[in-house]
Amino acid sequence: MIVLEKRPQPSKAWSYATPLVAVLATMVFGGVLFTILGKNPIEAIGTIFWEPLFGEFAFYYRPQLLVKGAPLVLIAIGLSLGFRAGIWNIGAEGQYIMGAIFGAGAGLAFYPLDAFYIFPIMVISGAFGGWLWAMIPAFLKVRFGTNEILVSLMLVYVAEQMLASVSLGLLKNPEGFGFPGSRNLQQYDSAHNAELIAGSGMHWGVVTALIAVIFAYVLLNRHMLGFHIRLTGEAPRAAKFAGVNPARLILFCLGLSGALAGLAGMFEVSGPSGVVSIDFNVGYGFTAIIVAFLGRLHPVGILLAGGLMALTYIGGEIAQSKLGLPAAAIQVFQGMLLFFLLAFDLLTNYRIRAARSEVA
Amino acid sequence: MKFKSLLTTAAIALGLATGAVAQDKTKVGFVYVGPVGDGGWTYEHNKGRLAVEDHFGDKVETVFVESVPEGPDAERVMTQMALEGADLIFTTSFGYMDPTINVAQKFPNVKFEHATGYKTADNVSVYSARFYEGRAVQGHIAGNMTKSNIIGYIGSYPIPEVIRGINSAYIHAKKVNPDVEFKIVWAYTWFDPAKEADAATVLIEQGADVILQHTDSTAPQAAAQEAGNVVTFGQASDMSEYAPFPRVSSIIDDWAPYYIARTQAVMDGTWESANTWDGIREGMVAIGEITEAVPADVKEEALALKAAMAAGEYHPFTGPLKKQDGSDWLAEGETADDGTLAGMNFYVEGLEGEIPQ
Repeated sequence: MIVLEKRPQPSKAWSYATPLVAVLATMVFGGVLFTILGKNPIEAIGTIFWEPLFGEFAFYYRPQLLVKGAPLVLIAIGLSLGFRAGIWNIGAEGQYIMGAIFGAGAGLAFYPLDAFYIFPIMVISGAFGGWLWAMIPAFLKVRFGTNEILVSLMLVYVAEQMLASVSLGLLKNPEGFGFPGSRNLQQYDSAHNAELIAGSGMHWGVVTALIAVIFAYVLLNRHMLGFHIRLTGEAPRAAKFAGVNPARLILFCLGLSGALAGLAGMFEVSGPSGVVSIDFNVGYGFTAIIVAFLGRLHPVGILLAGGLMALTYIGGEIAQSKLGLPAAAIQVFQGMLLFFLLAFDLLTNYRIRAARSEVA
Repeated sequence: MKFKSLLTTAAIALGLATGAVAQDKTKVGFVYVGPVGDGGWTYEHNKGRLAVEDHFGDKVETVFVESVPEGPDAERVMTQMALEGADLIFTTSFGYMDPTINVAQKFPNVKFEHATGYKTADNVSVYSARFYEGRAVQGHIAGNMTKSNIIGYIGSYPIPEVIRGINSAYIHAKKVNPDVEFKIVWAYTWFDPAKEADAATVLIEQGADVILQHTDSTAPQAAAQEAGNVVTFGQASDMSEYAPFPRVSSIIDDWAPYYIARTQAVMDGTWESANTWDGIREGMVAIGEITEAVPADVKEEALALKAAMAAGEYHPFTGPLKKQDGSDWLAEGETADDGTLAGMNFYVEGLEGEIPQ
């Protein structure tokens, strides 16, 4: 008989080891999956993890990792603060969309003016858009005690409708022959979130994501507010005695995660994407939830997890076109990663022991 | 700015040079918006790809990536294909337009073919099919088949291509059934079985007994089958698994001849940027078998209509036609020019509702 025994204290060693074990288990079981599909597992996994970093065309893929990873990290950092305090913002995708709409809208309002202050205004508007969208569930929770998980999630679908509406109406490109979608911000220099060094993938969104990682690290480890966040999550009653104001904490956590998601949307729409279109959002807000947990809700962990996630996306595409793997297999592979992470997480709080079966 | 882009080009050209050394096969890439198993749009493009492989055998290598979101991801997938040495890349969704142009600028020696868009360049062609010709046949059958006089229409996005289809179907349904009414639902997706099924169910609940769709899955067919007495048509693909009823006919996109011809042109070095818009006559649009659920006389008329379009004797948009607001559009006997059709953003007279904007 095998029994699970709760550890008196969560194991520090396991909490660092589980992400690595999960990645290894994903490679093993992913390899089995690829073998069943008739592909060479070593080659497939090699393509996914090796090719983007050290392959022949790594000079192109490495910068792309930053482009793909930055929004994930930026959003996940915001979410992790709330998650630590037990405040569940599931609607980052909607806040990401609103950030893009506000940011692009602010920029396009100036079109075709050429001025240095346009981009900073767009940045502020983008953050504001995301913040505003997150304030709805925050306010409803504080005032009426609604469930922020449901409200923030539902608002994603509202945001998607808004996105369709502005793509077809308010922000539609007047020179687009009636087709939906805004002007391309990449062709509007004052509003373009261009690469800071050509070919490096470094745009302002990447810089902001790195700043957010440092900021979150300092906040959690050196600041009273960070202590309150951790305390609320780990010991709500103790937090109450320590004088934490739950309403303020909810407003702060949801607001900040919304603003960061909004920033991510704004940097994406003004840079890599360029256009506000009906299909602008591709699920960064949801994937960021995985990234946040994969990174153990720790800022540095999230940075690494965002990179890993971006790697599986880009490597997955390469595997599709080079080896003919179906897209669904790549998604299963990514799903396995989260599954194993959560499964092995058990070992942080429990230990497995062989127990004698006793006769009743 | 100039200097920066110069650097980028140089860096990529360097990579291209190393990638393109050992290569004698012609490599053709395909970027798909849906999964190859969608049973509709992407399924047919993939059939075109397989036809290219069949036709050229060892002389060609094809690669594809499916379910690619429209935006930066598409740009990366195309760049990746170009880096890996593709000579010709087909990008098969409207939303790939700007990404295709961006990538084409970086790879002047790779040929690109973008489906259903309007931006061309020296190495970017656009191609599309005159689906609205098929819609005319569909409208004719639908107008005859409806008993409730309500025809449901699942629109994807309110873009000219979709609006053309609605107008064409309506004009021809109205011709045979003056009482006919169209109810239009916008799904804002090309492929989402759950949303498409919802849209079909809503339309059926509102009394529609014929459903036309401009989305790619077979979910509306399944919803109609469940309802029992609702007529549907295959979209993009034959969807014959739902024949003879509810699917009574279909519009099929046949990309194979075009894909083979363009691949051949790349092999021969005769490829040139072009704007292709082919229909029933050229075989890019086909009408799937009309089943026995359709009365014989209606079937005969529908086939005659198809034959007239194949012979170039009939244009689905022939005057007199008015716009929805009652203003004149086409005079008696006048036919619509391609420019107006390409950018069509209005309903014809009689259609209710507004185009979302």
